[in-house]
Amino acid sequence: MSVGDVTGGRDVRRPSRHIRLGDGAYRRVLQGFGLFVLAIFVAVGGVLFIQAWPAFRHSGAGFVTGTNWDPSRAIYGAIPFIVGTLITSAIGLVLAIPIGIGAAIFLAEYAPRRISGALGMLVELLAAVPSVVYGLWGFLVLGPIFQNTIEPHINFLPVAHGPPLPVGVLLAGLILAIMVLPTITAVTRDLANAVPATSREAVYGLGGTRWQMIRTAVLPAIRVGVVGAVVLGLGRALGETMAVTFVIGNTNAIPNSLIAPGQTMASLIANEFTEATEPFHASALLGIAVLLLVVAVIVNVFARLLVWSVSREVRETV
Amino acid sequence: MRQPFSIATFCAGAAMLVLAACGSSSSPGTTSNSGNPSGTSDPDLSGPSASLTGAGSTFDQPFFTRAFYDYNQKNSGVTVTYASVGSGGGIAQFQAQTVNFGASDVPMKASEIAAAKGGTVLQVPVALGGVSISYNLYGVKGGLHLTGAVLAQIYLGQIKTWNDPAIAALNSGVTLPSQAITVIHRSDGSGTSYIFTDYLSTISPAWQSGPGTGKTVKWPVGLGGKGNEGVAGLVKQVSGSIGYVELAYALQNNFTYAAMQNAAGSYVEPNLTTVAADAAQKPNVSATDFSIVNQMGSDSYPISGYSWVLVYQTQTNTDNGTALVKVLDWLTHAGQISDAKPLDYVPLPANIQQLARTTLQMVVDSSGKKLLS
Repeated sequence: MSVGDVTGGRDVRRPSRHIRLGDGAYRRVLQGFGLFVLAIFVAVGGVLFIQAWPAFRHSGAGFVTGTNWDPSRAIYGAIPFIVGTLITSAIGLVLAIPIGIGAAIFLAEYAPRRISGALGMLVELLAAVPSVVYGLWGFLVLGPIFQNTIEPHINFLPVAHGPPLPVGVLLAGLILAIMVLPTITAVTRDLANAVPATSREAVYGLGGTRWQMIRTAVLPAIRVGVVGAVVLGLGRALGETMAVTFVIGNTNAIPNSLIAPGQTMASLIANEFTEATEPFHASALLGIAVLLLVVAVIVNVFARLLVWSVSREVRETV
Repeated sequence: MRQPFSIATFCAGAAMLVLAACGSSSSPGTTSNSGNPSGTSDPDLSGPSASLTGAGSTFDQPFFTRAFYDYNQKNSGVTVTYASVGSGGGIAQFQAQTVNFGASDVPMKASEIAAAKGGTVLQVPVALGGVSISYNLYGVKGGLHLTGAVLAQIYLGQIKTWNDPAIAALNSGVTLPSQAITVIHRSDGSGTSYIFTDYLSTISPAWQSGPGTGKTVKWPVGLGGKGNEGVAGLVKQVSGSIGYVELAYALQNNFTYAAMQNAAGSYVEPNLTTVAADAAQKPNVSATDFSIVNQMGSDSYPISGYSWVLVYQTQTNTDNGTALVKVLDWLTHAGQISDAKPLDYVPLPANIQQLARTTLQMVVDSSGKKLLS
């Protein structure tokens, strides 16, 4: 029996007791799922913080402001890894955003249907490649190419001086860009495909070119969603561990150039955790995990603010 | 409810896969070891059935996996499961008594022993390894001569090019390029780094007061590679680089390595014989005096060290305790030849095998009865 069956004389605004019970149970189950996510976050964050507390107490504010990481002397300063994480993620996004959005617009607006379908599937496959594979490929294939054909031509720049190496911050950023790219492309393409045909036809009807149509009908409509896609990608870049460990050079110092080796918070934990037997070492690594969580939260809040301001702008212009 | 169940199923499945992989990788070539080479006394393996667990060092893992498989073939009543979670994790699990034994590349410190819940801890040397110095230098094959002092200066960043007079003086007749030296070190904490920095600290006061000795130190210069394969990969890719890798890894991959000057003044290449010669110079190693780098003897390769097994002196379960000391006694004697040597671990010298047995003979059950005669 359908709920919408009003001809039976039953008032649909007052569903049967049976349905109301089911409704309540459904609501409670969903509520449980929501709380489960919250509980996981609190449990992970809480346990990390408790385990990291001895190192925080041992190092004090120096844990967040120090630049020296010397486990054999129990000195722990996280600045080199915070810097490494932010630089590699920034490089990754700067490279991935224009390429990712450009590819998505091509797939949605320019490519013939058949090519668009095939390429789209490839993009989704790229998103499913495990990060260790990107790391190995970066280390074995991209690193030597980078060292021999790219770095010798850019190391006259003050920001990229130093001897060419098959590893470094820039290469790590490049690998992150490749890993973030599929996320941005896939989401942006789906958003562009969802823009109503009537909006497009309106611009064409005014005599607009395809570029004008994209600029005035598609891009403004998908702006908010694209920022969301970039935030998703940023999350992956900040926390990426295996691939970065392969290509960043694993040097526990603030990189003095884009092609110098460095270390991110995630790769430091991956490197040092298994044999962390020095005093406070394991605790300090969990402290780094707490900082990574804090950095991720701060970056996400900034992104939310960005989405909020962009969407307000959209609401005002429409 | 479904979520935890599926995770548990996944873990169990993954564990079975790992076990299956370990079993199949260690099965070839292990059937004909009933004969007993090199005169080590093969003890009576019969005894109570037991299912034992251990955790710790990744360095020991290939040896342990193969050896415990073989032991189970000889004595099906005893199965040993080893989790190579790293020395730190091994010590933590041993302290909490969640495993029957632990394994660590560096013996437990007094403070760590104090935190162990099961009472007095006995530490037994179980595997011996060396650290080889590998390099990538166009036109220079294996056997480059180096001293500990020069190696320390290279790793301190004080010697920057290959044709530095300090290196040239050790290698007359070798044309050294003017190329810059790229230093490669381990980025993960490792027993290999410990032995290497222990050696540099022993030789060089500047290294000792600078980076010092440890599984993870603050490297003044260079790139980090994760694991032996990470260091080896970087050495292969970066022209003019120098790095250190565990001897077994270097031998299995046919690396070129340097001949190091030892305490007696001769240049010695790393291999099973020269590392064993170094170790044999110090028969009285203990958990508090375990460094064997830079020993005397003209055949000694100076960068060597042990890995250790951790057991409680008092075993509350007599059957498990008896099985445990028998396995470990076999592991430090016959197992060295049948299982460690084929994997390019250096078999323990006879005097160290004896030391291992004397230590294991101290293990008792809760009534005070000795478990290994």
